[in-house]
Amino acid sequence: MAIAIQGQVPSDGAAKAPRPVFEIEGLHIDYTTEFGVLHAARNVSLSVHEHESFGLVGESGSGKSTLAMGSIRYLASNGKVSDGSVRLNGVELLGLSPKQLRELWGSSIGVVYQSPLSALNPSIVIGKQLAEVARQHLGMDASAAKARVVEMLTKVAMPDPEAVMKRYPHQLSGGMLQRCVIAMALMTNPSLLVMDEPTTALDVTTQAVVLDLVAELKREFDSAILYITHDLGVVTKICDRVGVMYAGEFMEQAGLRELFSRPLHPYTLDLLGCVPRFDPTPEKRSLVTIPGAIPRVDELPPGCIFAPRCEFVQPACTEARPPLVEVAPEHHSACRRWPVVPVPSEYLREATEAVRASGSEARDVDILVEAKDTQVHFKAPRGVIRAVDGVDLKVAVGQTLGVVGESGSGKTTVARAIIGLTPATGGDITLRGKSLPRSTGKRPRSTLREIQMVFQNPDASLNPTRTVGDAIMRPLSLLAGVDHDEAKRRAQDLLRSVSLPVSYFDRLPHELSGGEKQRVAIARAFAAEPEFILCDEPISSLDVSVQGSLMNLLMQLQVEKHTSYLFISHDLSAVQHLADAIAVVYLGHVMEIGDATKVLAPPFHPYTEALLSAVPLPDPDVKQKPIRLGGSVPSAMYVPAGCRFHPRCPRFLGDLCANEEPPWREGEGDHRIYCHIPLDHLTHLQAETLVFGEGDSPGENA
Amino acid sequence: MVEPNLTDESFDTAIMDETMATEVLGPEGGRPRPKQWRLYWRRLRKRPAALVGTVVFCFFLFLAVFGPWVAPYDYQKQDAKLRLDSPTVSHPFGTDQFGRDIFSRIVVGTRNIFLIGGLGTLIAVVIGTAVGLLAGYIGGMGDEVMMRLLDVLLSFPSLLLAMVLLAAAGPSSRNVVLVVALLYIPMVGRVVRSMVLDLKNKEFVEAARVRGEKRSYILFREILPNSLPPLLVEASMRFSYSIFLVASLGYLGLGVQPPSPDWGLQINEARNFFQIAPWVLLFPACVIAVLVIATSLMSDGLRQVMLPGGGRN
Repeated sequence: MAIAIQGQVPSDGAAKAPRPVFEIEGLHIDYTTEFGVLHAARNVSLSVHEHESFGLVGESGSGKSTLAMGSIRYLASNGKVSDGSVRLNGVELLGLSPKQLRELWGSSIGVVYQSPLSALNPSIVIGKQLAEVARQHLGMDASAAKARVVEMLTKVAMPDPEAVMKRYPHQLSGGMLQRCVIAMALMTNPSLLVMDEPTTALDVTTQAVVLDLVAELKREFDSAILYITHDLGVVTKICDRVGVMYAGEFMEQAGLRELFSRPLHPYTLDLLGCVPRFDPTPEKRSLVTIPGAIPRVDELPPGCIFAPRCEFVQPACTEARPPLVEVAPEHHSACRRWPVVPVPSEYLREATEAVRASGSEARDVDILVEAKDTQVHFKAPRGVIRAVDGVDLKVAVGQTLGVVGESGSGKTTVARAIIGLTPATGGDITLRGKSLPRSTGKRPRSTLREIQMVFQNPDASLNPTRTVGDAIMRPLSLLAGVDHDEAKRRAQDLLRSVSLPVSYFDRLPHELSGGEKQRVAIARAFAAEPEFILCDEPISSLDVSVQGSLMNLLMQLQVEKHTSYLFISHDLSAVQHLADAIAVVYLGHVMEIGDATKVLAPPFHPYTEALLSAVPLPDPDVKQKPIRLGGSVPSAMYVPAGCRFHPRCPRFLGDLCANEEPPWREGEGDHRIYCHIPLDHLTHLQAETLVFGEGDSPGENA
Repeated sequence: MVEPNLTDESFDTAIMDETMATEVLGPEGGRPRPKQWRLYWRRLRKRPAALVGTVVFCFFLFLAVFGPWVAPYDYQKQDAKLRLDSPTVSHPFGTDQFGRDIFSRIVVGTRNIFLIGGLGTLIAVVIGTAVGLLAGYIGGMGDEVMMRLLDVLLSFPSLLLAMVLLAAAGPSSRNVVLVVALLYIPMVGRVVRSMVLDLKNKEFVEAARVRGEKRSYILFREILPNSLPPLLVEASMRFSYSIFLVASLGYLGLGVQPPSPDWGLQINEARNFFQIAPWVLLFPACVIAVLVIATSLMSDGLRQVMLPGGGRN
C-alpha cells in the first residue's frame, strides 16, 4: 500500500506543478569587443515548464536575445558564457562538446528567428529544406521525411502543403515563410523552442495569424517556449509568464496577469505607461516617460541599475544592488521598495497629463491640406502599378490625420505625393484651397516652407557628415531666410524644445541614439515653422519608451505651434492615441475615414474591423473577436475588380462585392465607409469585435 | 588584371565585433564617441598585415620625397671598372652594365613611379568622381550613355589599351600619366555612381529636396562627403594597380626613356644580362613587388577600417 501511495504522490505533484524543462541559473554572458569586455547578462535565472511559454521582454540593449542565444550556447564568436548553469531536461548544456551541441540544436532545441526570409536558404525548395531536418535528426529516409514535412506543414495550417514544398522561399509571403520556419523548428518535437521576435517583421494581420498558430501549437506540442519580444501587446497573446529585462538583468518575473494588473517593479510600471492605451477619446493625454536612457552595460550605476531613472528612488537604492527575490507567490521583483509601487491605473492618471482638452474646434476649422482623387501610378514592364488609386483626404488646421494600413497599402506613397517627392499622376493636392504643383522641384519656396516631413528611419534621415546644428540651421537660412547668428540662436531654441541639450549642437549623428536622432529630425522639420508636417512612421523603429516620449513631443509641439500632422503608421494604438481623424487605407484606396472616435467604434469597415481585432493590445483583459485575414495585400499591379478588399474580406457577400465598386456610406459627421454592407447592419454584426474587460471604463463605445 | 579577393576571416570577425557591440551597447548614444580617425587607428592597430603594408608604403613615400638625398651615389654616375658587379657592402644591390649603383637608381626611381602613378590616379579620381556623381544623380538616358561609354573603356585589357594609346601618342611621362588616368576613370566612376545610387534615395537627401536645395548642393554637400571613405579606398587600390601598370609600361619601353632610373625600364635594360648578373633584374623586380603588395595590403586595411560594413555605411 505504502508503495502505491508513494508512487502516486510524486505523479500527482507533477500534474499540479509541471516539470521545468529549461532552467537557467545565475548565468553570466560576456562579449569581447573593441570597447573591452562587456558583461551583457549578469546573474540571470529563469525556468520554463512544459507547455508553457516564457516571455522575455525588454527594450533594445536589454540583453534579451543575448540571454536566449547564450543559454543555448549559440553566441557570436566574441561572446562567451562565463558562469552559471543551464539545464535542458536536467542535462547541463555548458559542459557539452560542440558535436553534442550540434545534435542538441537540431533535435531538442528549435529556433525561430525574426526574419523568415533569411532563416531559409533561398536556393533550395521549402520541402527539401524541411525534409533535411527530418532526415538529419529523426533518421528518416526520403519518403518518411517527406510525409513528416507534409504532416508538419498541415499542423501549421499551411494551405496546400504539397504545392508549398515545391516552392522557393521568395515565392511565399512573410507569414507563410514564418509558418514554414516554425514547422521546421517543431519538426523534431523539441523540448525547447526559442522564438526571437518571430512576428516583428510581419504585418499586424499576419502577426495575429502567426500568434494564434503559436498559441495553438503550444497546447499541441510538449515544447517549452522562450519567447523574445519587445512588444507588450504580443506578450499578452501568448505568454504564460513574463520576465522583464533591463540592461542585462531581470527586473521582474511574474505570471502574465499579475504582471499587467499589479506590476511590482517601477520599470514594468513605466513600460506599461509608455504604451498608448486603446481609448479613442477627443481628449489627448500624454504618456508616461522614463527619464534618461538605458545604461550601457559597461557603465552601470553602483546600486540598483534602474535607480537613476526611477521615480521611487531612495538613497539606499543607490548603495547596493537589490537581488531578484520572490515578493509574492510566483512573483519576483528586483526592487527593494516593491511595496510602494502603485497600482497601474492610479499611477497612469497621476503620471500623465491632458495635453489638449478635446478636439472641440474640429468642426468649423478650415481645411489646410486636401488631396482629391489622388493617383500615383507607376509604369512597370508588365502593366501599371496603381500604388495610390483615388485617395481623398482632408487635414484640418492644428489637427492630426492618422493613416493606417498594412504594408503595401500605399500609405507612404500618399504622403510622398502630397509633399511632391513622388509626383502624383492624377487628381489634385491643395494647400488652403490652392492647387500645388506635383513635384517638389516645381514648388515655390514659400510652399516648401509650409510642408515638411519626418521620415521613418532615424539613421538615414540625418546626413552622417553634418553636425546636428548644421542640420537644423540649414532650413532656417534657406527657407526662413534668417542670417547665420539668428539661425544659430533659433536652432538652439529648437534643440531645447525637442528636449535635447544645447551641447548636442556640434555633435555628429553617430553620437546620438535613435530616439535622439528622431528628435533632431523633428526639430529640423519644425525649423522653418511649417503649417503641415508629414510623419511617415516616425516612431516605428524605436523602443516603446522612446516611442512614448516622441509621441508626447509631437503632441506638445502641435499644441504649441498649432501645426497639422499627417501621421502614418501601421500601429493602430499609436494612431488612435495621436489622431483626431483616421483614414484606413487598403491597396491604394481609402476604406474608411472620419473622426477617430467614430472610426474606432462600430460600425467599422470590415478591414478596419480585422485590423482592430488583430492589433495586440497590451491588456490581457481585452477580448478581441478573432477575425483573421487570409493571404496578404495583393500586388498593386493586379487590383481586384469590384471592391478591392473582397478576396480577403471576412464579410464577403458574393457577386455584388466581386463585381461592383462599393458605395460610400455616410455615417455620423464626416464618417464614411466604403462598403456594400449598410451601416446599421455592420453595427449589428460588430458589437462584439472589441470588448474591454471589467476593470476598464466603458467610455470606449461612447 | 584579376581583382584580388578581399574577404578574409579577420574581415568577418571585424563585422561581427561591430554589430555585436552595437547590440550589446544598445542604440542609446547620449555621449560623444571617440573621433572617427581615432576609431580608424584603433582598428588599424589590430591588423598586423595592414599595419606592415602601411609602414612599408610610408617608407617608400619617404624615399619618393627624399630619394636623391638618401641615395649614396649619383644615379647617373658610371664606373667602367665596376660593370655588373655583384652586391657588396659599398654597392648593396650591385651595379648594372654601365657600373651604376642599382641601389641608388632604385631609391631615386621611387619618385618617378609615385609621381606618374599618383598623378594618373589623382586625375582618374577627380574625373571619375565627377562622371560618377553626374551619372548616378541624373539617372535615365544620360546615366545609360555615360556608363556604356565607360564600359567600352573597361572592355579592353588595360595593358593592351595602354600600349596602343602610347604607341600612337608617343612614349613620355606625361602620356603615361594621361593613359593611367584614362584607364582608371571607369573604375572610379562606377564606384562613385554606385555610392550615389545608394545615397540619393536616403532620407536625408530627400529632406534636402523637400526644403528645395539646388542639385549642386545636394551632390556636393549631401552626397559627396558620404562617398569619401569608399572613394579613398578605391583610390588606394587604383594606386597600387597603377604602380604595376607604370612599371609594366616602363619595361615595355613605352614609358619614360633612358637614362631615367625608372624601375620597369631598369628591368628592361637588365634582361640581357640576367644570366650572368641576376641582381640587375632581381632587385628592381623585388622592389616593384614589395611596393605593390604593401600598397594593396594598405588599401585592404583601409577598406576594413573605414568600411567595416562591407562597403556600405
